Amino acid sequence: MKITVDQDKCCGAGTCVLLAPDVFDQRDEDGIVVLLDEAPPAELHSLVHEAASVCPAAAISVTS
Amino acid sequence: MTLIVGASAAGLATAEALRRKGYTGPLTILGAEPHLPYDRPPLSKQVLSGTWEPARAQLRSAEALAALDATFVLGDPAVHLDVTERAVHTASGRVLKADNIVLATGLRPRTLRGQPTLRTLDDALALRSDLLNCSRAVVVGDGVLGAEIAATARQMGVAVTLAGPQQAPMALQLGPVVAGLLAELHTSQGVDLRLGAAVTEVDDHGVLLETGEVLPADLVVVAFGSAPATDWLQNSGLVLGNGIVCDSRCRAADGIWAVGDVARWHHETLGRLVRLENRTNATEQAIAVAGNVLGADQPYTPVPYFWTDQFDAKIHVHGFVGPGMSVVEGSLSERRFVAHYHREGELVGVVGWNMPKQARQHRQSITPSCRATAATSTQGAA
Ligand SMILES: Cc1cc2nc3c(=O)[nH]c(=O)nc-3n(C[C@H](O)[C@H](O)[C@H](O)COP(=O)(O)OP(=O)(O)OC[C@H]3O[C@@H](n4cnc5c(N)ncnc54)[C@H](O)[C@@H]3O)c2cc1C
Ligand code: SF4
Repeated sequence: MKITVDQDKCCGAGTCVLLAPDVFDQRDEDGIVVLLDEAPPAELHSLVHEAASVCPAAAISVTS
Repeated sequence: MTLIVGASAAGLATAEALRRKGYTGPLTILGAEPHLPYDRPPLSKQVLSGTWEPARAQLRSAEALAALDATFVLGDPAVHLDVTERAVHTASGRVLKADNIVLATGLRPRTLRGQPTLRTLDDALALRSDLLNCSRAVVVGDGVLGAEIAATARQMGVAVTLAGPQQAPMALQLGPVVAGLLAELHTSQGVDLRLGAAVTEVDDHGVLLETGEVLPADLVVVAFGSAPATDWLQNSGLVLGNGIVCDSRCRAADGIWAVGDVARWHHETLGRLVRLENRTNATEQAIAVAGNVLGADQPYTPVPYFWTDQFDAKIHVHGFVGPGMSVVEGSLSERRFVAHYHREGELVGVVGWNMPKQARQHRQSITPSCRATAATSTQGAA
């Protein structure tokens, strides 16, 4: 799995952080997404797919 | 076979959640618009201002859509639902039968005398070209959509007047104090606010207020009063009333479900019917509906959440706001703060102004119950 985030699209909702705090964080100053782990372990994959689908700005893409 | 009617945020997210949760059967997504699923929040922001090419608003890449293994039937609106046969009839004469049908048709904007409005990508591109060719625009509607259009138009250099009946833009969604700050922001950026008076007449040359005042304009944009897109369901037998009325599982009838802006479902913790018009609800409710389609039998009980971007302000609203607020981080004067809203001693809402991360962290403490939020608005965006 390889994750990319588009910081320009991100609206700072933080839904991804709620779902997968080991993979995503937000910048303190403006809430924009920070990718902590672009290739997380298998047990996190389904949460990451969920985060990509739920992100209200379609800012997260996942390729396998 | 599962059929999803409405190929946008909620419909697409339902399809994705069904696949993630292991549904391998056939999946069809029917959409009225000719476009592949695209996102609406950028329409009043980056697409209207021209900072994004329209293609950037696409919700998914071609690769991601292919991986979904769904059939998209686009540009063919549903015109009738047969609940007993579980069949949808389309404008072109197709009849699509399914074991489960998920209704995700969103809202239809109200227009006044044919003046432009903003709901679709085509609307956004048309409005952009109108704005580029106008010298003064009046935006009618002081909710989030009107306020965003006014802000974007102003940033494009257009002289803008914002008209509506509230005392400040988004007063219903933000409460008086934060809406007052938003009014100050708009005024400081040169938007002419004519609020507190209802608009009684609209034409190509401007707007008439109930006070008798005329606001001249060469462009009038209408941004209020969207209604759930349920006209095609009138004779279906489903219960309609400010949306498709559903039980706590978002089920409208056996094998028929509703999701997103169009769904009005029984929110168990609030103890009443709720309909939310915001982007996060579209995807979160989609997950709940997909689960229930597959037999999870779980109620959907979200804390509402929406955001809006206007000029330099990123405003994030969690839960329910009202008149009484207290600032718990940052300060109003810095225009960077988190505020709490209490009702009957309970924390029912959190607003962040340029502090999205911190506002989200406070969200976890919200515990809205039916009693405390009975009198508050559940309006989301648009
Ligand atoms: C300009 C704009 C800006 C916004 N900004 C924000 C924001 O900043 N933050 C936020 O939280 N929310 C925002 N929203 C709200 C958010 O976009 C919506 O809540 C979200 O799009 C709802 O998704 P949906 O899939 O339920 O409905 P929609 O996105 O409306 O999708 C419904 C789809 O169904 C199709 N359809 C309708 N009737 C039929 C039919 N009979 N047959 C087949 N298809 C049909 C429509 O063509 C449409 O594609 C904004 C909305 C708009 C319009
Ligand atoms: S969920 Fe999406 S919009 Fe929200 S912080 Fe994460 S990447 Fe940004």
